[in-house]
Amino acid sequence: MALPNKPKGELKVVRDPEFEEREVDILIVGGGMAACGAAFEVKKWMSDDQSVLLVDKAAMERSGAVAQGLSAINTYIGENTPDDYVRMVRNDLMGIVREDLIFDLGCHVDDSVHLFEEWGLPIWKKSNEGKNLDGKKGLSMGTLKSGAQPVRTGKWQIMINGESYKRIVAEAAKKAIGEDNILERVFIVELALDKNRPNQIGAACGFSVRENKVYLIKCKTALIACGGAVNIYQPRSVGEGKGRAWYPVWNSGSTYYLGMRVGAELSMMENRFTPARFKDGYGPVGAWFLLFKAKTLNGLGENFAASEAAKNELEKYAPYGTAAVTPTCLRNHLMLFEMKEGRGPIIMDTVTALAELGKTMDKKELKHLESEAWEDFLDMTCGQANLWCATNTEPEKKNSEVMPTEPYLLGSHSGCCGFWVSGPDFDWIPDAYKIKADNGKVYNRMTTVNGLFTAGDGVGCSGHKFSSGSHAEGRVAAKQMVRYAKDHGDFKPEIELTKDQIIDYVYKPVRTYMDNAAYTTAEDINPNYIKPNGMMYRMMKATHEYGAGTATYYMTTTKNLEIVMEMLQWMREDCEKLAAGDLHELMRAWEILHRIWTVEAHLRHIQFRKETRYPGFYYQADFPGQDDANWFAFVNSKFDPKEQKWDIFKKDYIKIIP
Amino acid sequence: MPSFVIAEKCDGCKGGEKTACMYICPNDLMVLEPNEMKAYNQEPDQCWECFSCVKICPTQAIEVRGYADFVPLGSSVMPMLGTEDVMWTCKFRNGVIKRFKFPIRTTPEGAANAYEDLKGKDLESPLLSTQEAEGYQMPKPKELV
Repeated sequence: MALPNKPKGELKVVRDPEFEEREVDILIVGGGMAACGAAFEVKKWMSDDQSVLLVDKAAMERSGAVAQGLSAINTYIGENTPDDYVRMVRNDLMGIVREDLIFDLGCHVDDSVHLFEEWGLPIWKKSNEGKNLDGKKGLSMGTLKSGAQPVRTGKWQIMINGESYKRIVAEAAKKAIGEDNILERVFIVELALDKNRPNQIGAACGFSVRENKVYLIKCKTALIACGGAVNIYQPRSVGEGKGRAWYPVWNSGSTYYLGMRVGAELSMMENRFTPARFKDGYGPVGAWFLLFKAKTLNGLGENFAASEAAKNELEKYAPYGTAAVTPTCLRNHLMLFEMKEGRGPIIMDTVTALAELGKTMDKKELKHLESEAWEDFLDMTCGQANLWCATNTEPEKKNSEVMPTEPYLLGSHSGCCGFWVSGPDFDWIPDAYKIKADNGKVYNRMTTVNGLFTAGDGVGCSGHKFSSGSHAEGRVAAKQMVRYAKDHGDFKPEIELTKDQIIDYVYKPVRTYMDNAAYTTAEDINPNYIKPNGMMYRMMKATHEYGAGTATYYMTTTKNLEIVMEMLQWMREDCEKLAAGDLHELMRAWEILHRIWTVEAHLRHIQFRKETRYPGFYYQADFPGQDDANWFAFVNSKFDPKEQKWDIFKKDYIKIIP
Repeated sequence: MPSFVIAEKCDGCKGGEKTACMYICPNDLMVLEPNEMKAYNQEPDQCWECFSCVKICPTQAIEVRGYADFVPLGSSVMPMLGTEDVMWTCKFRNGVIKRFKFPIRTTPEGAANAYEDLKGKDLESPLLSTQEAEGYQMPKPKELV
C-alpha cells in the first residue's frame, strides 16, 4: 500500500492551472473525418481578416473513428443517383429520415472520395477482364474521377486499402488549415452562450491533457464534430475486452453533450445501432456478406434468414421488411429470434462461401482471396485477426460466430441520432426543415442555436454517411460557418463566466480530489468523492439492466425506464463529486459526464416514442410493433439551459422524394 | 488486445522530439515513466487495439497481447509499416504463420494536395470549393412528392 496517497498517473495535476484565452471567428471542435473535412475546406472561403482554430482531444493523425483504418468506403454514389441514395437510407432507417439532408450529402460525397484518391488512398479497381485489382495495381486503370471502375461490394460501397486512410486525410487537413491553427490534446468539455445575444454560441471551455492549462476559446461560430457515443451500455466483454468496442472507445458522446447543454434541439435520439459483428473481436461482416457471399446459419445449421418464418416476420414490417435489402435492425431482429428460441449460436459460414468462390479460381487467385479476407480485418479491426490466430481459425477451414453488440449512439453509420439542423436553402425543401438564424438566413448544417453547427455523427435523421459522407458534411458546414461569421462580422462574443469560475468548473474534479484524498488510505475508495471508473460501471449497469441493453435482449418497459431515469438523475447529481488525481483521470471524469447526459437523452426519447420503431435495435414491451398512425414523426427534444428543464415533442415528417 | 511495452526495447524515445506512442494514442493511454524513461499503457481495459502505438514505435518495442477475458494465449499479430505498404505477420496458437502485404498509400508521405491556393468565389452558392472550380452543377431531385 502506498502511503500517503499520490496521484496515479505520470501527468500530475495542480490545483491552480494556467489559463489561456483565445478569440477566433470559427472554431472546429473535433479531429475526425468531419472535422478534417471542415479543416480542408474552411480557409478556401475565409477572408484574410478571419481566423480559425481546430481543437482535437487526441492527435489528428490517428483520431476519430477511422484512426485504425478502414477496409471500405461505404458511401460512394458513382453511377447511382442521390435520389436512390435517399431511398436506400430511408428504407434502412424505417422511413423516418430527413431527405433534404441525405440528398444534399449525396451531391457532395463523391468530391471527397476523389480527393482521398488524389491524396494517395489506394482504391481497388476492376480490371478490363473484370478481376479485382488492389489500390496499387489498380492505379494502371486510372482514377475514379477519370472513369475507372471501383470494386463495388454493394450498390454503395467500394473497397480500399485503408490502413492509412486517416493519416492521409489528416495530412491534407493539417496542411490546409495550417499547424498554427490546430490545438491537439485539448479536450473541450463545455460550450457557453453569448451573454448579450440570445441563443447565440459564444465560446468553448476545455483543458489540456498534457499540461495543467484551462482554455477559454471565444468564437462567432463553432462546429461540434466529436463522434458518437461508445460504452454507454455495459459491453459484452467487461474485463480488458471492454476496450474492444465496435465503434471507437474514445467516442464519449461529447458532440451530443456539448450541443444539448446550450439548448440545441436533438432529433431521433431514440435511434441506436447494435451491429451484428464477429463475436468478441467485432470484426466487420460487410465484406463477408457482400464480397464473399457468405450466409449466416443458426445453431442447427439452417439458413434461417431465408426461411418461410423469416419471410412472414419481415412482412409485418412492410414496406421496409419486404424491400430488396432488409433493414439492418430487422436483420438483427431475425437473429435475436433464433437466439431467444434456443437456436443459437449464429454462425457465419465462411467455409462454404470460400469453397464456392474457389471453384472458379486457380491457386494464385485463391491465395489472393484469402489475403482479401484477412485484410478486411487487418485494415480496421486488427484484434479480430488476432482472435482468429488465437483460436486457430482459418476461415476456409473453420466458421466463426456472429453476435449483436451492445448499443451505440451515432448519426453517421446505420443510425441517425443527433441534432436537428438546417439543410440547404432550396425551393424544393419544406420551410419546416429550415432553421432561420437571427438574420433570417438559412445556414446548411446549423443547429437550432445560432452559429452552432455540426457534422458526421452530430447530424440527426440522416444515417449512412460513413467516413466519406462525414468528411463531405464537415466541408459543407465549414463553408456555411465562414458565411455565418462574415454575416455576423460586427458580433463580439462575450460570456457570463469569469476566468476563476471557468477554472473552478473545469478543474472541479481535481480540487475535489485534492481536498479529500488524504482522508482514506486507498485513494479509489473515499466517501467524499467518486472516481470516474466507478461512475462508468454504475452507468453501464443501469443502462444494461433497465435501458434495453444486452441483458434483456434489448427489451425495456415503461416501468424499467422510470427506474433508470431516477438512477440517471442520481448519477448526474453524484457527478458533482467526481474526483481526478491526474490529467488522464480528469479527461475520464468529463467523459463520463458526457456519456451520462447522452444516454439519458437516448432513454428520454425511447420513453416518449410509444412504439417499437426499430425491432432488432430495441423493443418496448408495452408498445410492441410500429404505430404509423401516431408515430410516423420525428421525436425532438431540447434541454433549456436557463430553466434546466427538458422538453420533448413530435415534429412532422415530410416526404420529399417519392 | 491491450498493447504492452517490452522493457528492454523501449528507450523512451530519448533521441526523438516526442514520445511516439504517447503522441499518437487516440485514447491517451500511453505514458512515459520519467525515472526509468520507459513507456507503458496506463489503462489496458480502454485499449481499442488500434495498433497506432505498435505501428509508430521506432524501436518496435510495443506489441499486443490478446484481451485476457476472451483471447487464448499464444498468438500474435505484428505490423511493419513502411512508406508504401504494411507487412503483417500473423502467428497462430498452433504455430501456423501467415504473412500479408497491403498497400497503404500511392503518393509520398507529405504529398497530399491540400489545394492551399484555391479560393472559393461564391460564398452564397451550395458548392464546395473544388466543385465550384470544376463547374459542378448541383443536382435536383428527379421527382418530388
